[in-house]
Amino acid sequence: MSFLDYFRSKKNTSANVAKERLQIIVAHERGQREQPDYLPQLQQELLAVIRKYVQISDDMVQVEVDRNDSCSVLELNVTLPEK
Amino acid sequence: MARIIVVTSGKGGVGKTTTSASISTGLAKRGHKTVVIDFDVGLRNLDLIMNCERRVVYDFVNVIQGEATLNQALIRDKRVESLYILPASQTREKEALTKEGVEKVINELSDTFDYIVCDSPAGIEHGALMALYYADEAIVVTNPEVSSVRDSDRILGILQSKSRRAEMGQDPVREHLLLTRYNPDRVDKGEMLSVADVEEILAIPLLGVIPESQVVLNSSNQGLPVILEEQSDAGQAYDDAVGRLLGEEREHRFMTAQKKGFFSRMFKGG
Repeated sequence: MSFLDYFRSKKNTSANVAKERLQIIVAHERGQREQPDYLPQLQQELLAVIRKYVQISDDMVQVEVDRNDSCSVLELNVTLPEK
Repeated sequence: MARIIVVTSGKGGVGKTTTSASISTGLAKRGHKTVVIDFDVGLRNLDLIMNCERRVVYDFVNVIQGEATLNQALIRDKRVESLYILPASQTREKEALTKEGVEKVINELSDTFDYIVCDSPAGIEHGALMALYYADEAIVVTNPEVSSVRDSDRILGILQSKSRRAEMGQDPVREHLLLTRYNPDRVDKGEMLSVADVEEILAIPLLGVIPESQVVLNSSNQGLPVILEEQSDAGQAYDDAVGRLLGEEREHRFMTAQKKGFFSRMFKGG
């Protein structure tokens, strides 16, 4: 490390950027890995049902499964557009 | 019963074959009867790295299809006693490796060998799945670089869901992280992920760190497993990794930059 490096911020090194990006993508992909196979289709069908009544875009429906030791919880989050 | 170890990574070019060659050579050098199998059907290269490319007569697929016996296909290493190589087929389709065929060969090898090292092809397709399916342990070879780390995590997920141990509900495959092409100077400069960073992200035990070294290319040029370059840092790092694989306590080496003089540190930079 050179003398000048002591004055530079350690935060912005490319290695730190790499680490942060990896932590986010790996956590996201691990989450998906544990999801059941039918989830994407379930999400599409729910979206189609909701669209019969309200106009919403794809990213306004979030479907997730949380697994605990004893049970699984299907969590459905629908954001409705403002009137 | 042999211990079955897969050397895998997801990403290509990170050092799987180099690692397979050195780990199997290291195990055999310690007197364990070891066979290393090339699972990369169509793109075999372990024979080149082990310097036996001109001695290949029969291959893995020939044995599976009953065209040759195991003894006809196994190549005995000329440098290290009790080390054998089972080369991949260069001409067949990857699908020639069937689950049943691979199992038959591995079972037969299990009777006489102490260690079976499976050199996986890159990717997560059929060949890679076959290489890891029967594994008891996995050495996940990773470079300190974003795409390699991500792919390693993907392979860990596959080991945990698609291996025989996972399917049968047995104890999980024992996972080991081997970080290769590590450059401590660049880590100090903040240009490369550190060992600690990669350990934190992948969260599996560290088997070893192989420093980036010119010796690796030099030895592969000559068909010499780098672990036999006993004076080199990379060779010693592989020897440490083999020791740890066998349960020895070895301190990690080659993880810090070489110390420089006071003046060069102050004025020339890391």
